[in-house]
Amino acid sequence: MQNESTPEIPLAADGRPLEQSLQRALRAQKIRAFLLVVPLLVFVLITFLAPIADMLYRAVDNRIVSETLPRTVEALSDWEESENEPPEEDVFIALYYDLFFAAENKIHTRLGSRLNYQETGMSSLFRRTGRRVDRFDTDELTDAFIDFDPRWEDPTHWITLSEHPEFANQLPETAGVWDDWTQLLIAEEDELSEEEPEDLIYFALYRDLNNIGQPVALMDNWSETVSAAQSFEPVSLREQFADADEDWLLPSVWGTIKRFSPTITDGYLLNAVDMQKTADGIEAQPESRQIYGLLFGRTLFMSLVITISSILLAYPISYFLTSLPMRKANLLLILVLLPFWTSLLVRTSAWKVLLQQQGVINDLLVWVGLVDDANRLVMMNNQTGTIIAMTHILLPFMILPMYSVMRTIPPSYVRAAKSLGATNWTAFWRVYFPQSVPGIGAGSILVFIMAIGYYITPAIVGGTEGIFISNRIAYHISSSLNWGLASALGGILLLAVVILYWLYDKFVGIDNLKLG
Amino acid sequence: MDMNTLPSYASTGEKVWFYGFRVLCGLIFFFLVAPIIVIIPLSFNAQNFFTFTKEMLAFDPAGYSLKHYQDFFTNSDWTGAILNSIRIAPVATLISVSLGTLAAIGLSNPHMPFKRLITAFLISPMIVPLVISAAGMYFFFSRIGLQGTYWGVVLAHAVLGIPFVIITVTATMVGFDRSLTRAAASLGANPITTFWKIQMPLILPGVISGGLFAFITSFDEVVVVLFVGSSAQKTLPWQMFIGLREQISPTILAVATVLVALSILLLTTVELLRRRSERIRGLTPG
Repeated sequence: MQNESTPEIPLAADGRPLEQSLQRALRAQKIRAFLLVVPLLVFVLITFLAPIADMLYRAVDNRIVSETLPRTVEALSDWEESENEPPEEDVFIALYYDLFFAAENKIHTRLGSRLNYQETGMSSLFRRTGRRVDRFDTDELTDAFIDFDPRWEDPTHWITLSEHPEFANQLPETAGVWDDWTQLLIAEEDELSEEEPEDLIYFALYRDLNNIGQPVALMDNWSETVSAAQSFEPVSLREQFADADEDWLLPSVWGTIKRFSPTITDGYLLNAVDMQKTADGIEAQPESRQIYGLLFGRTLFMSLVITISSILLAYPISYFLTSLPMRKANLLLILVLLPFWTSLLVRTSAWKVLLQQQGVINDLLVWVGLVDDANRLVMMNNQTGTIIAMTHILLPFMILPMYSVMRTIPPSYVRAAKSLGATNWTAFWRVYFPQSVPGIGAGSILVFIMAIGYYITPAIVGGTEGIFISNRIAYHISSSLNWGLASALGGILLLAVVILYWLYDKFVGIDNLKLG
Repeated sequence: MDMNTLPSYASTGEKVWFYGFRVLCGLIFFFLVAPIIVIIPLSFNAQNFFTFTKEMLAFDPAGYSLKHYQDFFTNSDWTGAILNSIRIAPVATLISVSLGTLAAIGLSNPHMPFKRLITAFLISPMIVPLVISAAGMYFFFSRIGLQGTYWGVVLAHAVLGIPFVIITVTATMVGFDRSLTRAAASLGANPITTFWKIQMPLILPGVISGGLFAFITSFDEVVVVLFVGSSAQKTLPWQMFIGLREQISPTILAVATVLVALSILLLTTVELLRRRSERIRGLTPG
């Protein structure tokens, strides 16, 4: 027989079902806990995550080309580098307009430096041409217009023309250039009615009047103006550019501009792994320019050496400390914590002083007679210096986790092994050591993570051979100003660190990170 | 294996091992501490050398002087740097400690959602290489007008100090008995009174050591300030970095000695706090 009575639902004091009531209380607790974390989350998002995201975006950001040369990028869409010919006249005209305004805004050199990262010579090409672009022979057309009708010299005449409702329809190129011109004057706080229009505006008008289909009279005397303009002597901008710099006739220059015209680029990331984007697709950099693979490799290798030296030095100490009674161990632990608490720069200065050729260590070695006074050891400004100083600096980060794991290994296991006939070595190697491996792992990941991102110590005692990838990143930010490449290198380093951090969390747990 | 005593029946091999191992450990301890200790006497060198002079080794008073200290406390480069460090570090610490303590209390709640992920995220400023944080902050702070300002440096240092506060405060929260807050509530205390009267005194040692860590992080930080700061925010480590890269002058040894004294002071404080905290929470007897 089935029992038909429903099971009794336990009720809370307020008459609601107990389960519901408990869930509500739990939800309130969750919300309260979360609210306590929210202010810090927001703070870290703004002051830490947003900056990192900004940096990562810079590794692929390439808006500069299409923003500086909008017309050129569009005109180049029909041109293919594989034809091995410089582009048609219309591309040169587009470049003329773009470069003129870029030079007026003084941003052409920035674009030149950006493209120079991809192909050397671009920087000087843009700088040189930028100086010339407002003195092209297009002034012949300006003179021709003014000879035909002196009113063309007057800015107000142009303003009247630009106010005609058909202006943009009839004279599209002129209207575009005029727009940029007025914006330039506004930015420089100049009066539009007082500034003589530049040659390129006359040039644009000449082009429009020569391409005009059904002329609509925009001003008085218009049809005469149109036919006069059609009889003016044309100016070849291709020749003008070639005159300013022969390189403008090279298809490879145009190929570089075209390849790096999208707003997002993989160019920096490719450079960061010693690759480049050429006309034939992605290929390795020439061997003389492959430096980042070497630098990443060296950073990893040296971090590994530092980690291994730290293990070798930390293991005996941690083992020794665990064998001591708590009180003595705590006292000796202060010798580990003192370097941990001492300023990084103090420790680095100490090593700089100690490792010098006229420093304390060399003096001591000479005095003992191990080293000849004339052949003092070079221990600084090379990899040795970086490895010694960084091992010293990171050693506490190895000892502390190792020691805390070893403390938890019951000594009775080793005693049991020995009583069963194991030698000292077997007891250590088969019983004690395997239990201490988590400590080695925790310390190693921590030390390795800290080592691969180090900057200060290698910069001071590393010389040129002992520097890390971080030093190169800093160089690109503050000296070469190649921020895109710095960000790409930083992005790769960050990826490596995040993977290690994930491993650390998976195998050790962030909760187990202890200080002191 | 008890390492402290050598039984009288120990073989020669065991004796060699016993003493050899101790000598080895002694050498490693020496490696840890000697570089820091050795700069202390060198900072009193009467000459502008970085090594012991004959007079110093003979304990001749003429070999020693306070001139590097005098330079440190009178040269405007150094005094300006000290002032900047003192203006930046405490404010950064205050921000880290207040936000970090609140968050650590939230994170210690057993019902906290996404606890692991959020903890990993909040600890990450300690893990991400400083050059990367510095580069990102340089770019981003330039966009929002904080680059080269006092507040830019303070906020950057505050976020670098956060992980230390989270780690130390959550560690003290581990042994925290939640029935105490329930007891306070049942006796009529509101949550704010409960926090200040019950919870805070118990986690205070953790909060203070977290604060000291955050302070030393800011006080010792050079990479981020190099990028985010301008010369008006030149801190002590920055000035030391310049000194080490360019013309290294023995004044730096005097600075280093003062900083070692400071770290000994901080270390002692943190050790005492840790013991006190363990004692109040009953983790260790005595």
